[in-house]
Amino acid sequence: MLEARHLSVSIPTEDGTIHAVQDVSFSVEAGGLFGIAGESGSGKSVMMQAILGLLPFADVTGEVIFEGRNLLTLPPRQLQKLRGARIGMIFQDPLSSLHPYYSIGAQITEAIHAHEKVSPQAARARAVDMLTKVGIGNAAERFDSFPHQYSGGMRQRVMIAMALVLNPPLIIADEPTTALDVTVQAQIVALLDQMRKELGTTVVMITHDLGLLSNVADQVMVMYAGNRMEFGSSAAVFHAPSHPYTAGLLASSPSNYAAGEELVAIPGRPPSLLHMPAGCAFAVRCAYAMPKCATQRPPLRRFSDGVESLCWLEAPVEPIHAERAAVSGRNADATAPVVLKVDNVELSFATGGFFSKAGKYEVLKGIDIELRRGETLGLVGESGCGKSTLARVIAGLIPATSGSVLLDGKDMATLDHAGWKEMRKRVQLVFQDPFGSLNPRRRVGAIIGDPFRLHQVASGADRKWRVQDLMETVGLNPEHYNRFPSEFSGGQRQRIGIARALALNPALIIFDEPVSALDVSIQAQVLNLMRSLQQELGLTYLFISHDLAVVRQVCDRIAVMNKGKIVELAEAEAIYTDPQNDYTRTLLAASVVPPPQKGRGTRQLVETIWGAPA
Amino acid sequence: MSTSATTPPTVVQRSSLDLTLRRLIRDRASLVAFIFIVLLVAFAAAAPLVEAWIGHSPIEQFRQTGLSPTGLPVAPNAEFRLGTDQLGRDVLVRLAYGARVSLLVGVVASLLAAFIGITVGMLAGFLGGWVDAVLSRAMDLIMSVPFLLCALALVSVFGPSLSLSIGVIVFFSWTTMGRVIRGQVKSLREREFVQASRSLGAGSLSIMIVDILPNLSVPIIVYTTMMIPGSIVFEATLSFLGLGIVPPAPSWGGMLADAGANSIYLVAWWLVLFPGLALLFTTLSFNILGDGLRDALDPKARPIRVKPKGAKP
Repeated sequence: MLEARHLSVSIPTEDGTIHAVQDVSFSVEAGGLFGIAGESGSGKSVMMQAILGLLPFADVTGEVIFEGRNLLTLPPRQLQKLRGARIGMIFQDPLSSLHPYYSIGAQITEAIHAHEKVSPQAARARAVDMLTKVGIGNAAERFDSFPHQYSGGMRQRVMIAMALVLNPPLIIADEPTTALDVTVQAQIVALLDQMRKELGTTVVMITHDLGLLSNVADQVMVMYAGNRMEFGSSAAVFHAPSHPYTAGLLASSPSNYAAGEELVAIPGRPPSLLHMPAGCAFAVRCAYAMPKCATQRPPLRRFSDGVESLCWLEAPVEPIHAERAAVSGRNADATAPVVLKVDNVELSFATGGFFSKAGKYEVLKGIDIELRRGETLGLVGESGCGKSTLARVIAGLIPATSGSVLLDGKDMATLDHAGWKEMRKRVQLVFQDPFGSLNPRRRVGAIIGDPFRLHQVASGADRKWRVQDLMETVGLNPEHYNRFPSEFSGGQRQRIGIARALALNPALIIFDEPVSALDVSIQAQVLNLMRSLQQELGLTYLFISHDLAVVRQVCDRIAVMNKGKIVELAEAEAIYTDPQNDYTRTLLAASVVPPPQKGRGTRQLVETIWGAPA
Repeated sequence: MSTSATTPPTVVQRSSLDLTLRRLIRDRASLVAFIFIVLLVAFAAAAPLVEAWIGHSPIEQFRQTGLSPTGLPVAPNAEFRLGTDQLGRDVLVRLAYGARVSLLVGVVASLLAAFIGITVGMLAGFLGGWVDAVLSRAMDLIMSVPFLLCALALVSVFGPSLSLSIGVIVFFSWTTMGRVIRGQVKSLREREFVQASRSLGAGSLSIMIVDILPNLSVPIIVYTTMMIPGSIVFEATLSFLGLGIVPPAPSWGGMLADAGANSIYLVAWWLVLFPGLALLFTTLSFNILGDGLRDALDPKARPIRVKPKGAKP
């Protein structure tokens, strides 16, 4: 269907040439679902954009054959005709991919008119038909609605309808479900799968979510730093990864662990794409690295079950799980003092103004939480359920409309100025976005030292010494004291945020989605750090996340939130094994996890292609 | 693989200042503008040296050599490189001293206006509510006052002087900066790092100065640079109308006014050409530099131009 041979993409920038994709070959079989997995920066999206001619400045070499023609040498006009008509595209963010000023229907029919000469009525009929197919009820009426009148999941359905309406043989979906909630995500994936079977469309799906791919993909390609690391059928790759990188990725995903276990993280971080290492791109992070890995390009190994791996190892790796760390004990102690008591907290905003009728928008509807010292409470819910708002109410940043928040037995609402300032030392927040929560114009030393400055705890050399000590604690190099946040990777920035939260020895740390912006391998590092800090320092965590696997892994107890209410609160394992609430069951059913690894089975090395991917 | 040879590659981490300078130098127009401004500053600073070298004071009237027998100004020659004006004064020396006035007024007025604009804009944007309402309406009010009329009235009451010129210019030019800063602060205030600071217990003043101000450096640098030519032209206008620098002290606006009086420029083109060109190139240079600075400091504003597809490996 689509075949790429020796595809390389390099993008010239001010800092030098970025080697985004290096000598990648693959072929997509008709009617299948081809998955491309990789962490951010692995070149997976850039590769597809280059294939479709959407990167005018990039230097693309190799060849990509689609319907007998080489897409890379096709004139722009012909490529433009192909896009949409023969190759459909679905993008990550349905909100920014839909034009806010045109109705849904107009945008879909525009796609039809761009490629075919049909009457407006016929185009409309086809669009309505397609909208019905992708599960939009009342399609004829909703045809004239605007994107903002649709929910996120509905918008993604519209995007899928738009991509499918011309019935293209190939669809490229770039992270189609990343911006969506878990329950919606499951529906969208099911829809894509169903459409593929009904219409016989071939789907290429790009994602970072291995769990998702393992459930739907027929074939997968794992990419790392622009290289194709592993390629093979989905079952073979996920059950018995042959490349250490794939194995490491699967090992660092928290869903493969029982609660409380130490995750096996991949150390380090991906190489800079400006200067690729001479040998294997993964060598410096690889647990199986041999001396020659760092200096020579690995050969391509082909195994008996069709799996191909770019590695010096002749046999597939053993599952890393065998050597996992022992289960550590829980920190929770039923007799420990209560740190936080949230009692029937409600929050509502007044809506309507001078001219319209005044109303009330309720965000939190009576929340009760109790958190003991040394405990981790997970707060799970979909976007818009009020979990982040609750975090800000507990942190004292938003006053509650009614009810009380007691920290160390003191009511937040009744604090005077000095008491409020004192309370700021006791509760700390770690934010979701490691890029937005650090001031880009201040040095890391100043950012971590902020709590000391604001509370006049330490100054001068003492402050510097303490900051460097904190940096050491969270695993940062203290010599990087004078750097700016932009010089750190996402995972390192989240460590900076944690160091800042630790500075004043708080009673409670609230983590607001601390790892959802990070890659799987980095996520495991940060989760491990959080765990070891908790054990060393006896910290109390409130952990907010939408990711059930992560929450289960870290938390003692879990509260499930839906529409401003806590619908279920129980021990972490109890939630998983015996969910009481319907909503909890829906959430659990929707989360997809990669299958457990089974060991290498009967796989044999059949062929080694030396130096082929140079 | 072409780049990774035998030596282990090192990724050069360029500092933002380094990157900015590299972008600025690559932009030819900004570079020329910058060099012109440096030369102009040197020319203004060296005005007494120019005076000593030529031997003509800016206010001395050379009735014997500087005026023709009919009392008309002398065209550029060996003694008067840029000619003389209607009173027989050396245009070159007056131009040098005039540059001092123009730059002084331009830079001082812009800095003062920037300071007021930043303060007001920051307070309005950060505090919001009624503070914002009052300050924003005050800015609207000032922007709608006819400045020449107001300047005329002020000068007729207090009499022309350098400090009054600067005061009038500052009063009428800080509002642009104020509005820009207010908008920026309004969006910065909602950023997560400000919330992070607040959750650590930082007060409003601390957040404004420590967290927000450093993030405003780009608009501050760019708009202050762009305000300088405005102030220079403003001063020239005031002097041209006789409301600015008091004669016989030289200023570019005053020189142009002298040239216009009695239509003397009809016989002495150099009286209009040299001060006019000086004014034109100065304002043009500052404007180009400001534009270049904006591009250099905020690379997202303009895509990087890269060499077309070429060398295949």
